[in-house]
Amino acid sequence: MNNQLQLFEGDLPVEHIINSWYDEFRNSNYGAIITFVGVVRDENGIDGLSFDIYEPILNSWFDTWQKKANEKNALVLMAHSKGDVLNHKSSYIAAVCSPQRRVALELIDEFVEDFKKSAPIWKYDIIKGERVYARHRSTLIDGAGILS
Amino acid sequence: MVRIDFLGPINKDSLHVDIQNLSELSEILKQDELVSSWLGNCAVAVNDMMISTKDFTLNDGDKVSLLPPVCGG
Repeated sequence: MNNQLQLFEGDLPVEHIINSWYDEFRNSNYGAIITFVGVVRDENGIDGLSFDIYEPILNSWFDTWQKKANEKNALVLMAHSKGDVLNHKSSYIAAVCSPQRRVALELIDEFVEDFKKSAPIWKYDIIKGERVYARHRSTLIDGAGILS
Repeated sequence: MVRIDFLGPINKDSLHVDIQNLSELSEILKQDELVSSWLGNCAVAVNDMMISTKDFTLNDGDKVSLLPPVCGG
């Protein structure tokens, strides 16, 4: 499995993922390793979230980001859940490794924000056992609507 | 034949249609009661490459994917 982009059925084994990245990359002379961990909040009566992922385009989106990071001598890492993730569990981790703090701080911001608006992942609220598409929290991908 | 995949929440089985370009696909899908309301919100990929114009030629064996609004994380 590509250790830089990892997909899991259900909630993420957060400690395992972060520790494995730390163990793998701490000896690579990166001075800064920043992780962002998304946790499912208990709100609006949901029991959790559920996710569909279209992996071919996620992979190419991630590869584009990896090239962009590599140009700055940095590395991006990501883990995401497929299927159901209950409240107070984690569905998403993003990380940046960089020789320099400032590059890492800026990249993690850009990487997470672009992920939210471009990565081909669909979110559903789990309400009374049903998956309800989170349409109002979702973002149109750039170029949407060409068939209308 | 061109295969049309409806991703995520659209919840529709794939179609196989004999078309030459995305404009023809647009006309077909506008007649589809389930899909027509999604067209204004969906991005389009051909063979997993994002496409930005309807003026796009399709070839036999191509795969077109419709991607509704996303929300990862």
